[in-house]
Amino acid sequence: MTPRNRFRWRVMRVLALCRWLRGGTVRALRLGAAAASSAPPSQVRQRLGPCRAVPCRAVPCHAIRGGNGLSSPVCALLQDSVTVEVLDHLERLALVDFRDAEGVERLREAVRFAERLREVNTEGIEPLDSVLEDRCLYLREDDVTEGNCTAELLKNAREKVEEYFVAPPGNIPLPELEERDTFLKGS
Amino acid sequence: MAARGCGGVWRRALQRGPGGSCSASRPRRAVACNARGGAVPVGQSGLAPWVPVVGLEIHAQITSNSKLFSGSQVQFAAPPNSLVSFFDASLPGTLPVLNRRCVEAAVMTGLALNCTINKKSLFDRKHYFYADLPAGYQITQQRVPIAVNGSLSYSLCIDNKMSQMVTKTVRIKQIQLEQDSGKSLHDDARSQTLVDLNRAGVGLMEVVMEPDMCCGEEAAAAVRELQLILQTLGSSQAIMAEGQLRVDANVSVHHPGEPYGVRTEVKNINSIRFLTKAVDYEIQRQIKELENGGTVVNETRAFDSKLGCTVPMRDKEGKQDYRFMPEPNLPPLILYDAKSLPANVNHQQVVNIDWIHERLPDLPSVKRAKLVELYGILPEHSFTLVNEDGLMEFFEDVVKRTQMKPKKVIGWILSDLLSHLKQHSLTANESPISSFLLADLLNLLENGDISSSAAKQVFEELWKGEGKTPLEIVKEKQLELIQDQEELEQICQAVIDEREKEGDRRQTRVAAALEASGLGALPSALLSCSCGGLWR
Repeated sequence: MTPRNRFRWRVMRVLALCRWLRGGTVRALRLGAAAASSAPPSQVRQRLGPCRAVPCRAVPCHAIRGGNGLSSPVCALLQDSVTVEVLDHLERLALVDFRDAEGVERLREAVRFAERLREVNTEGIEPLDSVLEDRCLYLREDDVTEGNCTAELLKNAREKVEEYFVAPPGNIPLPELEERDTFLKGS
Repeated sequence: MAARGCGGVWRRALQRGPGGSCSASRPRRAVACNARGGAVPVGQSGLAPWVPVVGLEIHAQITSNSKLFSGSQVQFAAPPNSLVSFFDASLPGTLPVLNRRCVEAAVMTGLALNCTINKKSLFDRKHYFYADLPAGYQITQQRVPIAVNGSLSYSLCIDNKMSQMVTKTVRIKQIQLEQDSGKSLHDDARSQTLVDLNRAGVGLMEVVMEPDMCCGEEAAAAVRELQLILQTLGSSQAIMAEGQLRVDANVSVHHPGEPYGVRTEVKNINSIRFLTKAVDYEIQRQIKELENGGTVVNETRAFDSKLGCTVPMRDKEGKQDYRFMPEPNLPPLILYDAKSLPANVNHQQVVNIDWIHERLPDLPSVKRAKLVELYGILPEHSFTLVNEDGLMEFFEDVVKRTQMKPKKVIGWILSDLLSHLKQHSLTANESPISSFLLADLLNLLENGDISSSAAKQVFEELWKGEGKTPLEIVKEKQLELIQDQEELEQICQAVIDEREKEGDRRQTRVAAALEASGLGALPSALLSCSCGGLWR
């Protein structure tokens, strides 16, 4: 595996794990607990919550294994895999905020925790990607049953113009590591 | 206004009038597709030839009453944010519920494109941030789409004279169901974007074509054929002007025998005509860039229709990492066929591939073949008939009502009627001359009541749409053929008397013939006229 592939594969693993453990989606613009952040409004990011103690399931997680299905490196190298590069990439992609060393350590613990799944031999077993896989996917009839609630939807919008939502003009990407005021620069 | 129909190459030959609504003169291109179909473009300096490679990603909006995962209505041009449910606005606590009609539409399209329908397909999330994607991800089918490995056959002319049509095939990599995003209106003056979520969540079929095409014409022909197929199936109305059919082109160039070059993606193509221009421009740009020693960057470019060129798109932050993950809220989509259909099942909950297959309508290629067989017209003619909206039905109506042979009717339809329609940018349904009137006119011609030049004059009159019938116009303008023998003799004699002094029999004969036919006499009637042995 080339260094570049290894990097991407680790990122995939870490991201999927973060999502799995936190049990919710990363929403870049959700204010909530991050209200105390001093970052400018256009860069509101999500603070990583505490790592929940979830009983370990012997479930081969397809996403954790990574896209190309190659075998994993040894656990001992794990500490080195969560590098500043990876953290910067994660911050940029998912707009999460590794505010301090505690946040990064939490991530390392989570990855270490998930690595234990590799002790399970999953040769020749179909990956499980949803616990719903034996359920029937319900098919809805093609009828119009919703809509027409413009006023309600716009109630939560901070700014609106004639029933349109207002957004900044295009994406504002996170500045480069050197230009950001972030803890990551020091580590 | 959006170009209705194809890239314009094969219509031009049949127009008698000037240019028509499509680009009249082909710009000089250094790319030409040779007869065998491979492109042999010549570089500026005459060095090794370049092979352009064009692949298309087409998004077709599914024609359905409600959206793919929610019950809000699908409608073009409604008040902003009025067709949005809580799920479309991605408010917490909402879940996707799949629309059965969208599944059926995708299966129909897959079957029409000769695809293998995957009996088990999965949904995934594709993450990226943009204001018109409120959830931050789009539900799509990346790993196992609903249909794979199909093919699309299309025809195009290899020369400008529309005399030789060649059939090509492009492989379809996959067809997948996915959600549409909302619409952003950019207000640069106030530095803000206005977001309308009416379109967010509408079902799309993404048709991914393999890079088997080599120039703008082929891409346009393929898209036009796909448009006709979708419209025939009813799975999508595929009107590019309303955004129901969106095409992104992936273009690269390389030398024969070498690996594929770096590709760029061209977006913002709003009509089939622009598709041809955009692809050709991009091929030229890449060739020029590489011949000047530069490199092609893997980027996304937008087509500027006013300038006729592609420009790099702003707002692209390097290569996107979409972080695909399985959609946790949707179980796999299982489709059945006659063999695997379980007994005692609720039919509303089941999509049967074989049932859909039996009910597929005649595809355009089948329609064309039937026209050729039924009416004995050329394949090129049937191609145009099927290609133009409503023209086939018009032709069949006329044939029904007239005694004239279809092979002659087709000439009138394709040369006279179509050229007039194109000049005024009308479809066959909007023609001022109805099929009744045209049939009446052709009957007059067929019965020998008028000559063909007179018929053309009547046609022009009818085009004005003043409500007169062909017979009325003929009487008004006295265009009837002179059948009366005596009258003919009188005319000939008058001319002979005038010209006899000059003594040249041949000249007199010609003059008499011209005079008589100018008054509407048929040559056959003249021959039987016995004016002083003039014709012997």
